[in-house]
Amino acid sequence: MAEVTGIKEIIKPENLVYKRTSVMTDETLHYCPGCGHGTVHRILAEIIDEEGLQSETIGITPVGCSVFLYHYLDIDSQEAAHGRAPALATAIKRLMPEKFVFTYQGDGDLAAIGTSETIHACNRGENFLIIFINNGIYGMTGGQMAPTTLPGMKSSTSPFGRDVKTMGNPLKMTDIVATLPGTYYVTRQSVHTPANVRKTKKAIRKAVQYQKLNKGTCFVEVVSNCPSNWKMTPVQANKWMEENMFPFYPLGDLKDPEKQSTEQK
Amino acid sequence: MERELRLMKGNEAVAEAAIRAGADGYFGYPITPQSEILEYLMGANPMETTGMVVLQAESEVAAINMVYGGAGCGKKVMTSSSSPGISLKQEGITYIAGSELPCLIVNVVRGGPGLGTIQPAQSDYFQAVKGGGHGDYHLIVLAPASVQEMADFVDLGFELAFKYRNPVMMLSDGAIGQMMEKVWLSPQKERSKTVPEWATTGKPPTRERNIITSLELNPDNQEKFNQKLVEKYNRIRENEVRFEEFQCSDADYLLVAYGTSARICQKSVQLARGEGLKVGLLRPITLFPFPSKRLSELAEKVSLMISVEMSAGQMVEDVLLSVNGKVPVYHYGRMGGIVPTPDEVVAFLKSKIIGG
Amino acid sequence: MTEEIIIAGFGGQGVLSMGKIMIHSAVMQDLEVSWMPSYGPEMRGGTANVTVIVSTERISSPILRQFDTAIILNQQSLDKFEGSVKQGGTLIYDTNGITRHPERKDISVYSIDAVEEAGKMNNPKIFNMIVLGGYLKIKPIIKTENVVKGLQESLPERYHHLIPLNQQAIERGMEIIRKVSES
Repeated sequence: MAEVTGIKEIIKPENLVYKRTSVMTDETLHYCPGCGHGTVHRILAEIIDEEGLQSETIGITPVGCSVFLYHYLDIDSQEAAHGRAPALATAIKRLMPEKFVFTYQGDGDLAAIGTSETIHACNRGENFLIIFINNGIYGMTGGQMAPTTLPGMKSSTSPFGRDVKTMGNPLKMTDIVATLPGTYYVTRQSVHTPANVRKTKKAIRKAVQYQKLNKGTCFVEVVSNCPSNWKMTPVQANKWMEENMFPFYPLGDLKDPEKQSTEQK
Repeated sequence: MERELRLMKGNEAVAEAAIRAGADGYFGYPITPQSEILEYLMGANPMETTGMVVLQAESEVAAINMVYGGAGCGKKVMTSSSSPGISLKQEGITYIAGSELPCLIVNVVRGGPGLGTIQPAQSDYFQAVKGGGHGDYHLIVLAPASVQEMADFVDLGFELAFKYRNPVMMLSDGAIGQMMEKVWLSPQKERSKTVPEWATTGKPPTRERNIITSLELNPDNQEKFNQKLVEKYNRIRENEVRFEEFQCSDADYLLVAYGTSARICQKSVQLARGEGLKVGLLRPITLFPFPSKRLSELAEKVSLMISVEMSAGQMVEDVLLSVNGKVPVYHYGRMGGIVPTPDEVVAFLKSKIIGG
Repeated sequence: MTEEIIIAGFGGQGVLSMGKIMIHSAVMQDLEVSWMPSYGPEMRGGTANVTVIVSTERISSPILRQFDTAIILNQQSLDKFEGSVKQGGTLIYDTNGITRHPERKDISVYSIDAVEEAGKMNNPKIFNMIVLGGYLKIKPIIKTENVVKGLQESLPERYHHLIPLNQQAIERGMEIIRKVSES
């Protein structure tokens, strides 16, 4: 017989280094191996938990791969029509200004069909958080070209690569919203390494604090991957993302007034 | 508290009634002939008095989705527009119906199709009554025929919306929106503090999380949900039919008309009775549910019916279905922003009596 | 009593506000009223008209083809509405700018030189009140004191100091209206 009795000795509170966040539900995530969504979900759940915001939070979920975010986070949620999350969030936050409101949107949702809602909510400085997952492709519908698909990048609707002459150029929504007076904090992060996960968590936590202070729209882009539709292994996908996505969508803060005033760069 | 008498445009009456009904939010976008609703609310600035949120959205699409968000929090929220804008809102409306959310949508109808005209019409009947967006659903549709009803149906609309968790549309038109009449306004109601148990207001430890969605990928579950909606619409058909009869008791001939057309037909009834013709008018107040049962009864007593509409003939189909071949049913309509005059209707009636 | 009126002229002439003052005044006498404007992109210079109904009964159709009285303030409106006056009805018009005068013999026609008179009174804005005065002389359905109350109701407070001037204009209108022909 194997020595199983020892395990009970090991599982003790003082030995606990990792556990399921209470704000995550028991549902099994439907995401593909290597996908960034699960990580960002967990970061959100941890922050909601750590900041004690569960009873104050209303999340708006998009149409896209993360449509079932409401199954995974144990919070009150509304499922928006494709691209309309910022309109929902506008009304929710204005009707209940004391609540914590966020939208979670992909690149097709936020930067194509929802461009108008995104820009106008940011321009009005609506006081909620937009989390923008940019993997340069429509994941849920099977790998079609997104507004953020890189030049030359292949997708099911740009099978010979994105030809910018006929298909237009990738849209840098984060850069655009950073120019609007209504946005307060605009940053671009990733979750492909533990260090980047920590940075993203820091960024989202900052946005939560800014929302408490009624500072205006906070916009956190997470440059992510799509191993399935990029037709790569997770490791290849992350490497490709570093080599191709990051030069086009460089990581870092695009707008953070408080950082400028304290660090005096 | 006493009601207050004012002279107002129909559009202004909607706006003032919304404040007094204790609405939590209005989200709109300018379009003729209903812009006075947003203008009035912006001028009244109810945030300072009742705390009501009023916002000019970037589009009709955004406005209806703001309504979705607010309704999902259990708030009394509304929007208004006119025909082309209502077409844009259809996406949001079907999501609202599919998520079973209460709200009020006011359509001050103008002639179409397309950009059409800014003059009054009733050509959005099908869109309002048969669904409008995709999927099997119904709105509860109220048809005001006076400035007074523009005000009264705000309160009634919210009441029905919350009773059935269903979007309610007030189907008005440019004439009623723009005309001024006396209106008795209800006293100010307080904004509701009760939170419906399904509303998303933040999950306390004491309950499960609330999710507002119209998504269901399992066909068995989706069909069950569709069935639930059908049952709800049947309950509405059973309990919420509203109509008004005008000189129907001894009528040989029946006009059927709603909204502005009904006002015109009242005069037509007077004119025709002056000439010895026993004409009555049935005015549907709810277009969904439609007063089918009453029309079927009246079909036993009259020798013909005329559906008078500012359209190419839309409500006439529901009249036909209601009487099921018992009497001849005709349609008389004007289009393109032209409003029929009372004497025109009488002339048409006479032509059918002689012709029939 | 039911009086069905069309008031028609240029946009910016105060056609719609004249109708508003009429209904506000009529409500002071517990009458039923409706005010149905033509609406559209014309703000100034285009044509504008409003159908006003004042009645002791509940009003049915707010939109009419035939009127008891037409108050006509430009040539286009005269051309459009002269035929819409009921037999035995009344047409009141300002002769200013009119090249083709009313021709019907089965109605009573009155003229009022309100534009000219407003010029003499050094205030073109009271033109519509002069016309209203003329109308009320012919059809005294509303008492002048109620018109003053109606003005208080319909005018924003900042214009209330102009009410005496408006009252003067009404009285002047009553004096200068004259009969052209009778049915």
